[in-house]
Amino acid sequence: MSDQDPIIRVEDLTVGYDGDILLDHLHFEVRPGEVFVILGGSGCGKSTLLKHMIGLYQPMSGGVLIGGDDIVTAAGEARLAILRRFGVMYQSGALFGSMTLLENVRLPLEEFTHLDDEAKNLDALMKLDLVGLRLFAGHLPSAISGGMQKRAGIARAMALDPIILFLDEPSAGLDPITSAELDQTILRLARNLGVTFVVVTHELPSIFTIADRVIMLDKVRQGIVAEGKPQDLREHSPDPWVRNFFNRHVEGTAP
Amino acid sequence: MTETPIIRLEGRLDTRTVPAAWLGAMAVLRRHSAVPVVVDAAAVDYCDGAGVALLLRLLSHRRPAGATVTLRGLSPKYQALLAQFKVDDYRGVDELAGGVKAESLPNRVGRITHAMWRDLREMVEFTGECLAACARVVVRPTRVRWGDVLSIAEEAGVNAVPIVVLLSWLLGVILAFQSAIPMKMFGAELYVANLLGMAVLRELGPIMTAIIFSGRTGAAFAAEIGTMKVNEEINALETMGLDPVRFLVVPRLLAAVAVMPLLAIISDLVCLAGGAMVMSAMNVPVTTYVNQIVGFVHPQDFVGGIAKSVVFGLLIAGTGCLRGLQTKSGASAVGQSTTRAVVTSITLIVIADGLFAVLSYQLGL
Repeated sequence: MSDQDPIIRVEDLTVGYDGDILLDHLHFEVRPGEVFVILGGSGCGKSTLLKHMIGLYQPMSGGVLIGGDDIVTAAGEARLAILRRFGVMYQSGALFGSMTLLENVRLPLEEFTHLDDEAKNLDALMKLDLVGLRLFAGHLPSAISGGMQKRAGIARAMALDPIILFLDEPSAGLDPITSAELDQTILRLARNLGVTFVVVTHELPSIFTIADRVIMLDKVRQGIVAEGKPQDLREHSPDPWVRNFFNRHVEGTAP
Repeated sequence: MTETPIIRLEGRLDTRTVPAAWLGAMAVLRRHSAVPVVVDAAAVDYCDGAGVALLLRLLSHRRPAGATVTLRGLSPKYQALLAQFKVDDYRGVDELAGGVKAESLPNRVGRITHAMWRDLREMVEFTGECLAACARVVVRPTRVRWGDVLSIAEEAGVNAVPIVVLLSWLLGVILAFQSAIPMKMFGAELYVANLLGMAVLRELGPIMTAIIFSGRTGAAFAAEIGTMKVNEEINALETMGLDPVRFLVVPRLLAAVAVMPLLAIISDLVCLAGGAMVMSAMNVPVTTYVNQIVGFVHPQDFVGGIAKSVVFGLLIAGTGCLRGLQTKSGASAVGQSTTRAVVTSITLIVIADGLFAVLSYQLGL
């Protein structure tokens, strides 16, 4: 696979619930090393799309190729191999409440590697260090703040050094400063480690900070209404609705 | 040709005055349902949400063409308030309010039958998954999270001893006491020991333990796993490539299988001890009581009871985990799962106990 090949290819994906189509015949690609943002208003299906991309939900039709293999049809060992290519940070962090942060991050290492205990601990501690939580390794998730839980979620998602990280609404429920810190963490990891990020969000400040490319979903049109760099879309999108979407919010939030 | 009817509103139109005005105004509208009506609001000097609702209701009244309702004289301030709402949107307001139609009976029966069928299928699938996971445990015991098994066993077993002791003792005392009174009339109080020994070892001990276990531990499993589901922790396990059944269900099944027979033995013994206490109060020596039991009860009665408790443990733990994994989203879903876990497991206990009774009868045990 060369550098130009897409790392994720969503092909003709149709998703919905109980026979009602939510997103119709989606087609897009994510390139290696970029921060790719899926955005749209509430209820347009961006979190649903993410859950289809990571194989949690079965689509109505179409496929999601991750590193060239379709996660929709893969089963058994083949599926496990695809799952190992990415990590996921869930909206709530989804840390295991009965385990400390270190144990949370160490869990995938315990299950999938044969490292000895010292190496596992050190590896897990390094991952926590990457998100600035080394000193909180012994804390339970309930003892730290929401923003820290999300960062710990990223650390756990990175435990097995995946090439892709999926983040579901990293800024939801965070104050602007914590949210900006999280954006910096994401950028740093993307630039320094070469990890590809797929981020679902609707926070415009965050999008302008981190996104290399975005796709914008719309509930009414059941699909992608815009694709490209956020700055370009703001200035030059042929669709006035898209331009408005970016501009109006930016006017209100720019410093 | 009669004069155009006029509804004259005056003074304050607020939540206190609107109810009376509403009735009067609507009565006028209905009385003159075929001719145009004018609502004169020139004398209205205050109008709140309820007042606007009244105006909106009058203007949106369904009437034949030509029999319009017109509003006049409303001060511009309240006209602006009224202009926030489109009168046409409120024409069907009666249907909107009563809009949720009651489901028809056949529909309801069909939906519930379908849900029950799906539930049954999920139970069978889950049983299969659990069996497969347990088979893998036998092949590779090191893959089991034994630390989890131990801590669950402690929580579900050791910590349950006090409540099991308390209820079993009470059961023993009540059984002995209530049966001793009539039997004493025949001078047969010694046979209370036979009754107690047989009933407790074969049925009551294991069932008592199972009911406590389902309320205490089955519910806890459902709530714990349900909360994990709501918090997306189950999703996190799946995307890590970890099977929730192996990771969460198997340790709980193993812990339940380990502690249920022990709890049942404790329950048996304490129950009989409670009986002994009552009997000694009735001047039957404890040795006589014990000898009577030992002479009457066969070892297979005891072993059969314990074997049953293992099956009960599996059913309760399995149901608790299944209901937890089936949890939808939201806090109320966890409560529903917990309820369903207890109800289903007690139902299954009753069914399994019936099967055991038939089985032991057929085998002549």
